[in-house]
Amino acid sequence: MESLFDWLPSLDIAYTFHWRTVWKAFPKMLDGAWITFQIAVLSMVFGTLIALFLAVARLRESGILYRLATAWVEVARNTPALFQIYMAFFGLGAFGIFLSSYTAVLAAITFNNAGYLTEVLRGGFKGIPKTQMSASKSLGMTSFQAYRYIIVPQVLRAVYYPITNQMIWALLTTSLGMVVGLQELAGVTQTEQGRTFRTFEFFIVAGVMYYIMAKLIMLLAHLIGWRLLRNR
Amino acid sequence: MIGEFFGTNLTANDMWFLCLGALRTLQLTAVAVVAGTLGGIILGIIRAESGWFANTLLGSVLDILRSVPLLIQLIIFNSFVSILGYPMSAYDSGAIVLSLYMAANCTEIARAGVKAVSKSMRWASRSLGMSYWQDLRYVVLPIGFRVVFPSWIGVVLGVMKDSALVSVLGYFELLKSAQTLITRMQEPLFILILVGAFYFALSYPIARLADRLEKSEKR
Repeated sequence: MESLFDWLPSLDIAYTFHWRTVWKAFPKMLDGAWITFQIAVLSMVFGTLIALFLAVARLRESGILYRLATAWVEVARNTPALFQIYMAFFGLGAFGIFLSSYTAVLAAITFNNAGYLTEVLRGGFKGIPKTQMSASKSLGMTSFQAYRYIIVPQVLRAVYYPITNQMIWALLTTSLGMVVGLQELAGVTQTEQGRTFRTFEFFIVAGVMYYIMAKLIMLLAHLIGWRLLRNR
Repeated sequence: MIGEFFGTNLTANDMWFLCLGALRTLQLTAVAVVAGTLGGIILGIIRAESGWFANTLLGSVLDILRSVPLLIQLIIFNSFVSILGYPMSAYDSGAIVLSLYMAANCTEIARAGVKAVSKSMRWASRSLGMSYWQDLRYVVLPIGFRVVFPSWIGVVLGVMKDSALVSVLGYFELLKSAQTLITRMQEPLFILILVGAFYFALSYPIARLADRLEKSEKR
């Protein structure tokens, strides 16, 4: 008679884990993690700068700049990030623009970040009543002083944690660089596992590295946030 | 004929190939959204109603799903089931990982929904003689649902866009189909614009609708 247990998945795994291969490639993976970090930070810096312009344009609520900014925001938010990377890497070739995989991924994630951050910043600025500006002026402040002491501290408080979330998102999304052959953390992992086919071991280690990076950024952001935003 | 009009070599057959890809994207999204939402609601209610121990445990497990890139999760899961001796098709592992990812995000939303219903309102329903389940079904669910509906839409659209990543496992959803055509025809821009337009046409109206609902809710 067949045993009852034949119906259950048998868990005697005919597979030996090889962690040494991963350990040997670990320095390369660290190099990859550095590129991941670079792209995440650069795309956030450029993305925030662009988002400032776009948010100001969006706040006008009419005119050609408003429409351009709106188009940017909506395309960035309503198409997949992988599509945006393909567009930068393959699509721009039609215009004679050939980007390296590094530049293409950086450009695509910057484009995406700018779209999401525009809405964050716009929300932040909109949350502050216009009367505050008039009030600061009537107290004898210059525009710069009003921005420096009244407006920006409040906006910063409103947008700081959403920006942190976007930073984590950017970090995780850099992993799509693998698809266009970029040697960031996921890309290096993909290349290295291709030599030994130890897919599981390699990607588990990569996953742990992403997790640690995400948590480190989170911790850093909370520490900075605590310094920056403590009861004013 | 259509192809000549747009100055491309794309035939009706190729268009059908893309349409099939689009349908697969929709199917994958639908499966992940239904399974993930159901799982997320259950886990979210557990998180909202239980003590710190279960909460920390469940919270940190779900946090892993949101702190590791989805692409990496897909590859890990796919290779792990192969190691166990039960290799899965790209569609199956994609559907499972996307559902888990959806559930992880939905849990936080469902939890926020339950928390949005004030304690006093729930006490009131209990003192009217409602059972725990009646309170959940007739008081918490309708009120919480309305509060978190816009953010739920946001997550659904996110999963729809993220389903493009399953192409990496070799599943022929929309983006992978497009990539195949690009390799053959060397017309990346036109095909990519078609694909982008499809995602946009699907996502944009729904996002606007959610925006409007959110605004009318705040008023």
